[in-house]
Amino acid sequence: MRDSTAVTVRVVYLARLREAFASAGEPLRLPDGSDSTVAALLDTLRARGGSFASELAPGRAVRVAVNHEMARPSDSLRDGDEVAIFPPVTGG
Amino acid sequence: MSVRVQTADFDAGAEIARLRAGDARVGAVAAFIGTVRDVNDDAAVARLTLEHYPGMTEKSLEAIVAEAKERFDIYDVLVVHRVGELRPTDQIVLVAVTSAHRGEAFDACRFVMDYLKTRAPFWKKERTPEGERWVEARASDDEAAARW
Repeated sequence: MRDSTAVTVRVVYLARLREAFASAGEPLRLPDGSDSTVAALLDTLRARGGSFASELAPGRAVRVAVNHEMARPSDSLRDGDEVAIFPPVTGG
Repeated sequence: MSVRVQTADFDAGAEIARLRAGDARVGAVAAFIGTVRDVNDDAAVARLTLEHYPGMTEKSLEAIVAEAKERFDIYDVLVVHRVGELRPTDQIVLVAVTSAHRGEAFDACRFVMDYLKTRAPFWKKERTPEGERWVEARASDDEAAARW
């Protein structure tokens, strides 16, 4: 039963965050019992401490996209979603 | 194809000629080209690396073009944005808009650039004499996009 509700997403780190975390991304299983939102995912990452805690600290400008669409902290995540975390964009 | 992300340089003249080819409705073409400066935030820039998020980048540019076509009385839009290693004087981005009259073409071109600067997932990293640094987003870009 627990396995059928487990949410595992593919997290992608871009630009400055990829360098700060020394990772382009990873599969991440949300904790059982969490509410499976973008905010819960960020909390899970922050709890690791180190650069995750500092780069994703509340007040830092961080953007999140779910399946290539900009997302809000309250947005729900589903199993298999691609969740990208990145700094404000600077193209053009 | 009205949106392209590529490492190669572009020929703005050829791109614009292709955009308006055979379309006798067109009475105005507005185009913007962004290029690499050799100074940013008081530091010399020797090289610029542009990174993007493949898949989302094209999708977000297409959404911006679609919104421009809804908001303005225009015929067509072309966006070409380069990624990879660039140097001062290199071209970065081309936005071209065709319309019957100049006003809508100018406005739509500016709208696409203002939205691209704040919504399309591209990031710039500069090499300066002090080392490499990621370019920080500017509040003035958010203000420019908010005007629309």
